[in-house]
Amino acid sequence: MLSDEQIKSIESKAVAIRETIVTMLVAAGSGHTAGPLGMADIFAAFYFHILNHDPKNPMWEERDRLFLSNGHICPVRYAAMAHAGYFPIAECLTLRKFGSRLQGHPERVRLPGVETTSGPLGSGLGQAAGYAYGARMDGKKFRVYCAMSDGEQDAGNTWEAAMFAGNNKLSNLTAVLDRNNIQINGMTENVMPLESLADKYRAFNWHVLEVDGHNIRQFIDAVDEAKAIYERPTLIIAHTIPGKGVAEIEFDYRWHGKPPTAEEAKRFIHELRTLKGKITSEHQ
Amino acid sequence: MLNTELKLAQNIFDKPAEAPTRDGYGKAILELGEKDPRVVVLCADLAESTRSLAFKETYPERYIELGVAEQNLATVAAGLANYGKIPFIASYAAFSPGRNNEQIRTTIALNDVPVKIMGMHAGVSVGPDGATHQALEDIALMRAQPNMIVISPCDEEEARKAVLAVAAHAGPAYVRFAREKTPVMTTADTRFELGKANIVWKPEGDTKPTVALFATGHLLYQALSAARELEKENIPVVVVNVHTVKPLDRDTIVALAREAGAVVTTEEHQVAGGFGSAVAEVLVQECPVPQEFVGVHDRYGQSGEPTELLKEYGMDSPTIIAAAKKAISRKSN
Repeated sequence: MLSDEQIKSIESKAVAIRETIVTMLVAAGSGHTAGPLGMADIFAAFYFHILNHDPKNPMWEERDRLFLSNGHICPVRYAAMAHAGYFPIAECLTLRKFGSRLQGHPERVRLPGVETTSGPLGSGLGQAAGYAYGARMDGKKFRVYCAMSDGEQDAGNTWEAAMFAGNNKLSNLTAVLDRNNIQINGMTENVMPLESLADKYRAFNWHVLEVDGHNIRQFIDAVDEAKAIYERPTLIIAHTIPGKGVAEIEFDYRWHGKPPTAEEAKRFIHELRTLKGKITSEHQ
Repeated sequence: MLNTELKLAQNIFDKPAEAPTRDGYGKAILELGEKDPRVVVLCADLAESTRSLAFKETYPERYIELGVAEQNLATVAAGLANYGKIPFIASYAAFSPGRNNEQIRTTIALNDVPVKIMGMHAGVSVGPDGATHQALEDIALMRAQPNMIVISPCDEEEARKAVLAVAAHAGPAYVRFAREKTPVMTTADTRFELGKANIVWKPEGDTKPTVALFATGHLLYQALSAARELEKENIPVVVVNVHTVKPLDRDTIVALAREAGAVVTTEEHQVAGGFGSAVAEVLVQECPVPQEFVGVHDRYGQSGEPTELLKEYGMDSPTIIAAAKKAISRKSN
């Protein structure tokens, strides 16, 4: 079991990742804000505890694989990778710029470690399932993770993949669903109601867990439980707050697809650094 | 006359052996199963008609069933290829790459993983199933994808070789097949090289051709039949089997277009964006000559027998003969 100190250390990485997200989005001048901020705790948990990986050798054969299906939240992945040592944090400022390895939506052939090319929604789970299937054929021990959004549960391919993974009992596959309740056109339950997601996945032969996506201990415990489930793939529904960490962004679907301005970013970073103004320090 | 160097079948014009090109896939995939343990076959509920059934029975542990889910067929294959397998996905071309084009674009072509897409039941010659199942856009869809190679074999034997060749190719590939039996013109000894067109028919002696007939797929047989008739009318022609639509054999196509001064392209596909378009893209830059396009002209197919459909849609040898004469008549001298 992780000590409180260890959890705190991961939490502080999540704060650093959030800062980097805000900074890189301002530099990019376009991109998505709410989703990446909402997934910062989970990506910190992945890159600083869960994943068996080697940032200096991103193609290490025995590494755990983390697929990101909803490619548009890639700033959180890039920031987490940078903080983990895959590349210099300064490179995050090249996000969405000409010639950058950090494309607006991630591309496998450009940046080692992102595992696949994604962006068009609904196609990540099938790829992760295919990967897990191939790895299991060869008796590989690494695990395959797939982070996906709730919005892409609208897509047929997601359910084709859910059916395939459940039918094939792909227990080496763990999917993490970012249940932040927003998509571009509004709240998911207004655009195209998804509930009950847990019941739907259970009906497709998945083991389903629900966690607070900002409680790192809870999330890590769920990932550990998934490793012990041999009969079926596991879905962790992570209830998150879009824009988590920045009060102005939280819960506001209008922040799905726009970046902060430089002025806003200054406020947001101050807020992140001072724990919502609770700490007075040189950052003020 | 037929090019003897190609070691073609003996009886091409006299009751040739017939087989569907999809059978060539069926044979090749069994050979590959034996040869390469990385080869896996994915199927979307069409094992028998795509000729994947024997592989399923011989290598059940490497046969993966997706059900009627062509989008997932592409994405699961992309995952398997990304991991290190060589996945073959076989379905009807109308559905794959028809229905799953975006998944192929993002997760296979842009992602540059070696998924081999086998598009069955291409063209109106699918017959009674009708327009919904007669893929006429697949070449256009696939050749517009960077990283993708596109092959349209002329007969069962060439289809077998094409499948073996794409398995050895490091990237993604598309191969197109027909449902119905068509003449087997090539033999095991006929040369097949990816990206290299074969001159199948040429004028006697030193006579120069007056038109070059470029054909892809099983309609090569219609082009050969046309060549034989044209020769009887003292119109010397060259017939080229362009099995690889992408990358196109620019050198051969430009050289023959230059020599003949007029060309006809033949394909069982929409002329918009297909093989003829690919040839025109090259010739308009390198050697502009009159070109006639034999293929489907902006219509969907319909139910019927293959021969009557090829006639109705203008892809039989009389159509090619007329196109050849028209192309010759358009020469500027």
